[in-house]
Amino acid sequence: MNPVVMALSDGWVVAKRNLIKIKRIPDLLIFSTIQPIMFVLLFAYVFGGAIPTQGVDYKEYLMAGIFTQTVAFGAAITAIGLAEDLQKGTIDRFRSLPMSRAAVLIGRTTSDLLNNVLVVAVMSICGLIVGWRIHNGFFKAIAGFLLLLAFAYAMSWVSALIGLSVKSVEVAQSAGFIWMFPLTFLSNAFIPTHTLNPFLRAVADWNPISSIVLAIRDLWGNAGTMPRPEGFPGEHPLLLSLLWIAGILLVFVPLSIRKYRQAASR
Amino acid sequence: MTATIQAEGIVKTYGQLRALDGLDLSVPEGTVLGLLGPNGAGKTTAVRILTTLLRPDSGSLTVKGIDVLKHPDDVRRIIGLSGQYAAVDEYLTGYENLEMIGRLYHMSKRQARERANELLERFTLTDAASRPVKTYSGGMRRRLDLAGALVAAPPVIFMDEPTTGLDPRSRLGMWDVITERVREGTTLLLTTQYLEEADQLADNIIVIDHGRAIAEGTPDELKRKVGGERLELTLRGEAEVATAAAIMRGVGTGEPTVDSETHQVHVPVTRGAPALIAAIRELDAAGIEPVDIAVHRPTLDDVFMRLTGHSTEDKTTEEQK
Ligand SMILES: Nc1ncnc2c1ncn2[C@@H]1O[C@H](COP(=O)(O)OP(=O)(O)OP(=O)(O)O)[C@@H](O)[C@H]1O
Ligand SMILES: [Mg+2]
Repeated sequence: MNPVVMALSDGWVVAKRNLIKIKRIPDLLIFSTIQPIMFVLLFAYVFGGAIPTQGVDYKEYLMAGIFTQTVAFGAAITAIGLAEDLQKGTIDRFRSLPMSRAAVLIGRTTSDLLNNVLVVAVMSICGLIVGWRIHNGFFKAIAGFLLLLAFAYAMSWVSALIGLSVKSVEVAQSAGFIWMFPLTFLSNAFIPTHTLNPFLRAVADWNPISSIVLAIRDLWGNAGTMPRPEGFPGEHPLLLSLLWIAGILLVFVPLSIRKYRQAASR
Repeated sequence: MTATIQAEGIVKTYGQLRALDGLDLSVPEGTVLGLLGPNGAGKTTAVRILTTLLRPDSGSLTVKGIDVLKHPDDVRRIIGLSGQYAAVDEYLTGYENLEMIGRLYHMSKRQARERANELLERFTLTDAASRPVKTYSGGMRRRLDLAGALVAAPPVIFMDEPTTGLDPRSRLGMWDVITERVREGTTLLLTTQYLEEADQLADNIIVIDHGRAIAEGTPDELKRKVGGERLELTLRGEAEVATAAAIMRGVGTGEPTVDSETHQVHVPVTRGAPALIAAIRELDAAGIEPVDIAVHRPTLDDVFMRLTGHSTEDKTTEEQK
């Protein structure tokens, strides 16, 4: 069989297996959607008035940030899922089968992507209820969602490498999250970056999260007349976002697959 | 022709510890090799290396002539593995587990479905087929895991302690399944801690300890080395020992050993049951009523006693030092 076809078809078998787990434990899904709903409501009503925005309602400005932060944090489920499979010996069984070496990771990242689709859908409905609107028409709206999901998928591969490296579900639970805090908070997700000192500002402006958030705001017409980063990140956020996503995938897909091959050979 | 499973000089170290220390083994086509050894002997390590899960530090190994280290993917196509710890998916049903494995061996949907149902029946799991494995007992999981190794009807199968944790009936059922596979031409390597099991199933046995083979041969050869079965008699008091020893000499094949402290008399026998009956008759005629009389079959511990001069327990304490 052609290796690419085999990777995809084996990957789909593994993805189905992961989805069955979600079906059997619906609590998992309920809790993974409650948290984003809480975020939307908290930011909309608690922080809502605290940060002045120009040319755009803060709730609208904020929504792209909340979406991006949520899918970034959501990537941790990839690490947790893989660590669990390693710990329970499932990966040993898979590794003794004549299946594609990439299939377990493709399957895991695919089922996590589908999980993300649902989370984003729930958040969008919640956002619409609190007053968030998209202004640039259908196609740009879809483009924004696709960019968000592409970023989520890329982050999932970063998380996969973490999950395969830690080998214990408990460690994966914290290791999967920790690095998300500086990454998401040192960005334009919740605050305009021009208030930061010059060094932090440069870091925040080049942060991939900032590029994604700004690109989505532009696509959805939620950017208003807020100050933008100087230079390239401010002028071409969409291009920069795509470069980031491609770069993350190019680095982490091969690294994770290599790690998977070695993971069980402790 | 080289054997179906062939390994030479396998070494695997974990830091200071030599888990495998130059293990050689060879399993001709259609035969069963029993790897017999106590905890920590290196059985699982050997199985993991032979099934491509682990790379050895050195050594060469082939399965059906395919170099395991150079072409692991080709090897995976022709082997089935059931590891020491059941690697079944808790959230899937028994059926879904087997069907998934079938799909990953690249069977068609229909083939995978039929094979799953067939195996569920064979392993008496049909009633539980549509329940998530989470609700299975330990023995049921074990059986499902073993079924997993047979999904693709692979010509070479590895089983790491296949009957540990099974009740006596399931164990016999498992032996049946294994014997049936072998009759159909499957080559099998299994590990066990029970001499009795290796005796039942294996054509050849390798006893390993500290990652090295310490004895090798057919079950009969090995039992001859350890002395086969033994009649063990415990008496009420010193007075009866001499008469009893004479009777035991008569039914046994060698000189009886007498322990005057515990009033025990042991004698090697060729066939346990007839010897037992003869001994009881004669003891009764002599008016001796023993506290206990039994046939003792050699265990792994006896093998160790004989081969290394220490029991398997000693080894563990030695390790802890
Ligand atoms: N990942 C590992 N790291 C360090 N030591 C290991 C590792 N895996 C196995 N060992 C050691 O290698 C030796 C052989 O282990 P192995 O699991 O092969 O034994 P075994 O014969 O299967 O024992 P058991 O009957 O208990 O299953 C043991 O001393 C064990 O502690
Ligand atoms: Mg073991």
